[in-house]
Order: sequence, then C-alpha cells, then structure tokens
Amino acid sequence: MTDFIAKAAAATIVVFARAVTAVRAIWSEEGLPSRPCIYFANHSSHGDFVLVWAVLPPRLRRQARPVAGAEYWLKSPLTRFIGSDVFNAVLIARDRDKRTEDPVAQMTSAIDAGSSLILFPEGTRNQSDARLLPFKSGIFHLATARPDIELVPVWINNLNRVMPKGEIVPIPLICTVTFGGALRIQPDETKDAFLERMQTALLALSPKPAGSGE
Amino acid sequence: MSAASSDLLTLVAGIFGVLILASAIGYVLQQRLSPTGSNASIENLNARIKAWWIMVILIGIAFVAGRIGVLILFGFCSFAALREFVTLINTRRADHWALAAAFFIVVPLQYYLLWAEQYGIFSIFIPVYAFLLMPIISVLRGDTERFLIRIAEVQWALMICVFCASHVPALLTLNIPGYEGRNVLLIAFLVIVVQLSDVLQYVWGKLFGRTKIAPKLSPSKTVEGFAGGVISATLIGAALWWITPFTPVQAGLLAFVITLMGFFGGLVMSAIKRDRGIKDWGNLIEGHGGLIDRLDSVVFSAPIFFHIVRYWWSL
Repeated sequence: MTDFIAKAAAATIVVFARAVTAVRAIWSEEGLPSRPCIYFANHSSHGDFVLVWAVLPPRLRRQARPVAGAEYWLKSPLTRFIGSDVFNAVLIARDRDKRTEDPVAQMTSAIDAGSSLILFPEGTRNQSDARLLPFKSGIFHLATARPDIELVPVWINNLNRVMPKGEIVPIPLICTVTFGGALRIQPDETKDAFLERMQTALLALSPKPAGSGE
Repeated sequence: MSAASSDLLTLVAGIFGVLILASAIGYVLQQRLSPTGSNASIENLNARIKAWWIMVILIGIAFVAGRIGVLILFGFCSFAALREFVTLINTRRADHWALAAAFFIVVPLQYYLLWAEQYGIFSIFIPVYAFLLMPIISVLRGDTERFLIRIAEVQWALMICVFCASHVPALLTLNIPGYEGRNVLLIAFLVIVVQLSDVLQYVWGKLFGRTKIAPKLSPSKTVEGFAGGVISATLIGAALWWITPFTPVQAGLLAFVITLMGFFGGLVMSAIKRDRGIKDWGNLIEGHGGLIDRLDSVVFSAPIFFHIVRYWWSL
C-alpha cells in the first residue's frame, strides 16, 4: 500500500514539475551510460533532483537514487515519506560529528546494489551569485572507491528562478536539464585536479544567463 | 443542423483536405529526397505538418466544446506563452510576487472577464489595473536594481501574451446582427488567414525568394515570400467570406490588414529573439519552436481585427 501511494506521489510530483517548468532534457551526443552511473548536478533548489529524475528515461529513472541530506529529509513524517519512500533517496548525514554511517560507504553500497546516484557535489543549495560553489570532496572519495564508475555532469537551468529560497509559490518558467558526456577518474589523479576537472565539465554545460541581453 | 455548424463542418473538411494533401507531399518529398532523414528542411517540414494536425485537432475540439472550450484553450495558450516570455526577461527575486500574480491572477481573471462578458473591465484590466498594480507589488520589496527594465518587461509580456492573445476568444462576445451563434467562425477566419499567410510566405519564399526583406531581423523572410504570401492569403480571406458577416471585398480587405499586422508582428517578435540571442521561443511545438513562434502573428492581428469588426459590424 505504501508502495502504491509512493508511486502515485512520485507520478504526481513529476507531472506537477513538468506542468510548471515544461522541463526539457538536452542529451549529450554520446547518450547516457546504460550501466549505473553518477549524475552530478548544480544545486540551487529542493526541486533539483525531481527535474533530473523527471527527464530520465523510465528505465534509467527506476535505478536512479538521489543523494540528499538526512537532516532536512528526516525532519518531518512528510519529508521522510517523500525522501525515503517516494524517491528512495540515499540519505546521508552532513554533520560530521553526529553521523553514525560513513556517507561514502552508503553511496558505494547503493552503487554496488545496481543503483545510479544523483549527486549534488556542492553539498548545499547555492544561494550566491557564483554559478557554482566549490565541490565537496565526497565525489572524489566515491570515484576513488569505485574507479570504474562513470560520472555524468548535469546542468539544471532556471529552477532557482522558479522557486527561490524562502518563496512558497513557484513561478512557471521553462527549465532545461543538460547532460554532458560521461567522465571517469584518471589513475593517480589528485583530489584537487579531479574536483577541478568535474567543476569545469559541469560549468561547460551552463548556458548564458537568461535575460542578460542588454 | 444549424447554418453555423454546417459551415464549420465544411471548413473542417476543407482544412483536413489541405492537411492530407500537405502530408502526402511531405511523404513523397521524404521518400524521394530524404529517405534516411538526412535532409533537415524536409524533416522540419514533416514535423511542422504533424504539429499542424495536432493544433487543428485541438482547436477543433475547443470549437465543438463551445465558448468554454475556446476560453480554456486560449487561456492555456496565454499561460504557456507567458511562461516562454518571462523565461527570457530580466527578473529578480523582488519580482516573485508580481510574477506569481501575473500567472495565477491576471491570466485567469482576464479570461473570466470574457466568460462573464464584462467587456468594459476586460479591455482595461491589463492596460490600467495590472499596469499600475504590478510595479507596486514589485516595489514593496525595495530592490531598485534595473527596476524600470523589470517592470516594463513584465508589462510587455502581459500585453502580448495575455491581453492581445485574449482578443481572439473575445470575438465570441461580439453581437453582430444576422450573425448570431456563428461567432466561432470569426475566430476560424482570423486564425486560418493569419496562419495560412505565414505558411504561404514560407512556401513562396522557399520557391521564389531572392531578395531579403529584413536581413537583420529575420534572414529567412524575403520580399517575394512576403508579397506572394500576403496576396494569396488576402485572396483566400476573400474566398472565405461565406463564413463571415462580410462581403467578399470586405473579407479580402480585412484579410489584407490582418496579414500585414501578422507579418510585422513576426518581425517585432524576431527582433526580441535577436536581442535575447535565441532562435526560438521554446520547444513546445515540434518543428515550429515555441508557442510564441506560432502565435506571434495572430497576437498582433487579433486586437486590430477585433476592433475593426466591433466598430463597424457589432451592435
């Protein structure tokens, strides 16, 4: 029963997201990896993973699990239901001192079980004027632990304008989700070099800001 | 069967005939010239024809559903067009409530006023009330950065996507003696003439286009396409006089006016696209681009057509 409600809720959320944003995917020429992979995206809104999830083809969507902060998603029964049951999120504790489980271990075990991950390496929602915040090192440790896994950069455009932080009514605006070509960690690549390369690959997908034509 | 529905049926049969012919031509062209889908213009032509089928069927359903169907259809068109427009304009967080009001209050209210047939308030709601109230909502947040640009762009978006577009279904509210119950055919006349003018300009331009008419705005528009399209659409308009309250000459003159407005409307909307560095307004309609790409000429001609008919024909 919970499963049925969760599926219905997921479908409703996706329909709503599509109705508001008319979201459109822009695929990379090489297509998406058919094996489980890591989609890593810019983060500016709680709806980010919903958009990525909504545009993925159904087969890939079923195996994709968002990685999200446990503090936020376990706060209330409703967010817990949406986080765990509807989207089957891998919930990681952000607070280093309070956590009982290692986030990287949680993510690798999800990958080993055949899931793809939707990851936001900035670690938190970007409220600044910068296009991207510096990546946290989790994605590096994950890639080091599973060096064969492919990493797909995903740029989510405009969702921060649809629903800026603190607003409750979404503004209908057209959003796009752009997928880049798959990347891998290189042997002996340092943490800084890897994170730099991933950030550059993600930024390369971002279009010029809308409404900048003056 | 009433005169209106039998005329509508004849019209629908005619349009289906044209679409079947277009699909057949598209199919033959594809078999001959682009069997592997390599010729981009032919693939685009076929995508456009397919989209036309869907648009004609949607409009047909709305017409069958009557006044409420037409209002809902154009209400959704306004919503989707406004969404495409606002996506491209300068907005800041301070405009959030003003924009929410534009989408969730102004659009439904404008169409509700048509439903209630409150012509007086319908015609000034956006040019007066939204014009004054929207900047007030924005200014309350105290953000002055690019303020004039922001409020002007939102007002422009509302005028084009909601105010002007709502003048298409507004044709239903006109009371023309001897034409009772047939107003939906006026919408058909407007939409068919303007859209055919666009299509014919494209076709004439592809066949005989040599001289660019506005190279800076729209490199694909030519003098030959313009002249051929306007003249043939005017003649088609005159030939459609039997669905209107006009004589053939009047129908031709009105068709001429709305095709001209449609053409220049297309140029204005192209200039905005150039300004914002985009090719299409969106991707809603396959092969055509966004909804505004398809609606721009109708939006510019609808209010003029409405007022001409209202002044000279309506009570």
